[in-house]
Amino acid sequence: MPDKRLAVEPGPGAERFSDLLSAVAQYGDRQAFALLFQYYAPRLKTYMRKLGAEDAVAEELAQEAMLAVWRKAASFDPGRANAGTWIFAIARNLRIDMLRKEKRPEIDFDDPELVPDPAPRADEVMATQQSESRVRAAMSGLSAEQTEVVTLSFYEDTPHAEIAARLKIPLGTVKSRLRLAMKRIRSELGDDQP
Amino acid sequence: MSATCHPSDELLVAYGAGSLDEAASLLVATHLALCPRCRAEVGRIEAMGGAVIETLPPSDLGADALASVLARLDQLPGAPMPRSPVVAAPGLPSPLRDYLPASLEALPWKRLAAGIEQAILLQARGIRARLLRIGAGIVVPEHGHGGMELTMVLQGGFTDSGTGYARGDVAMADQQVVHSPAADGGETCLCLAVTHGPLKLTGLVGRLVNPFLDL
Ligand SMILES: [Zn+2]
Ligand SMILES: [Zn+2]
Repeated sequence: MPDKRLAVEPGPGAERFSDLLSAVAQYGDRQAFALLFQYYAPRLKTYMRKLGAEDAVAEELAQEAMLAVWRKAASFDPGRANAGTWIFAIARNLRIDMLRKEKRPEIDFDDPELVPDPAPRADEVMATQQSESRVRAAMSGLSAEQTEVVTLSFYEDTPHAEIAARLKIPLGTVKSRLRLAMKRIRSELGDDQP
Repeated sequence: MSATCHPSDELLVAYGAGSLDEAASLLVATHLALCPRCRAEVGRIEAMGGAVIETLPPSDLGADALASVLARLDQLPGAPMPRSPVVAAPGLPSPLRDYLPASLEALPWKRLAAGIEQAILLQARGIRARLLRIGAGIVVPEHGHGGMELTMVLQGGFTDSGTGYARGDVAMADQQVVHSPAADGGETCLCLAVTHGPLKLTGLVGRLVNPFLDL
């Protein structure tokens, strides 16, 4: 379909990935999907390899994750997460499903039993708070040691004892670095909640 | 009213990163449905996950990777996502409902001790998620833990070592903790509990009944 949206040229750090994902959701826009694929699929493959998948499996998981992105695009809500965050969650859940053979319990935002946010924020506010550039800026404020434990948290399939063993530091140190990192991120990105 | 006792940062990070086991993830996700504070926290953790992925160096893909994925887009079934039944028990949020039959009474409840019943929802590799029903005012026999224990209140409340826990609150105990929580008076306390490793009853009564209990 002839389309003005295709003028979008993503590059690292572009907030426009969210627009591409919305185009996939609303119009089944294949060119937008191809641009997302070219950026994310090679990185998802690296992510799967970091988590221990061998090359062929990592590639398969990356492709399956991108297929899931296409299939689930309609549930992408730019007011709740940016494209990178949403695609990360898709890839994370797919790996749990296909490699760990476990279900991934997740909340349903339409559940009537959900306790609502105390002061519902406008979509734009949330989108700004979680925007890619703000998340990156907040993370760049972490110390090298905090960045290390935070980053490793995404690459280990078992909770933090593995990280302690890998870094040859006590588990308590991993936990305190993580807590300090989260406190910092909260104050940078966060809201008024305690 | 929102929860005041939350899972630790480590648990929330492990849940957001996808490294937490299914049983503990079920408890954390159920807590998230009841706790806007932790929902926002996990949102931030997932945003960090997105940023981590975007800063990874790209791996080479097979030459035809994009073409083969594009070719498969048309063959995808447009299957609607299955919805969890809203019947189950009123007051129980959706991640938990997915693990329940249409009615709580249909669960295989087993008596553990006077006034205490359990129904196991999930068990794998020594990790168990179960529902506990503790009668009003009933005291759980004193016990220690073979690993981390997470307990979340769904209905009613309990008191443990001077701290009160109400709906949505999460209590955490580990190998160092020996305790004897007590359900509050007034109504039955319904909890979701996750244990990593068996519980060990400690008191005299505990030693006598331990062999008969499936903890
Ligand atoms: Zn919470
Ligand atoms: Zn206990």
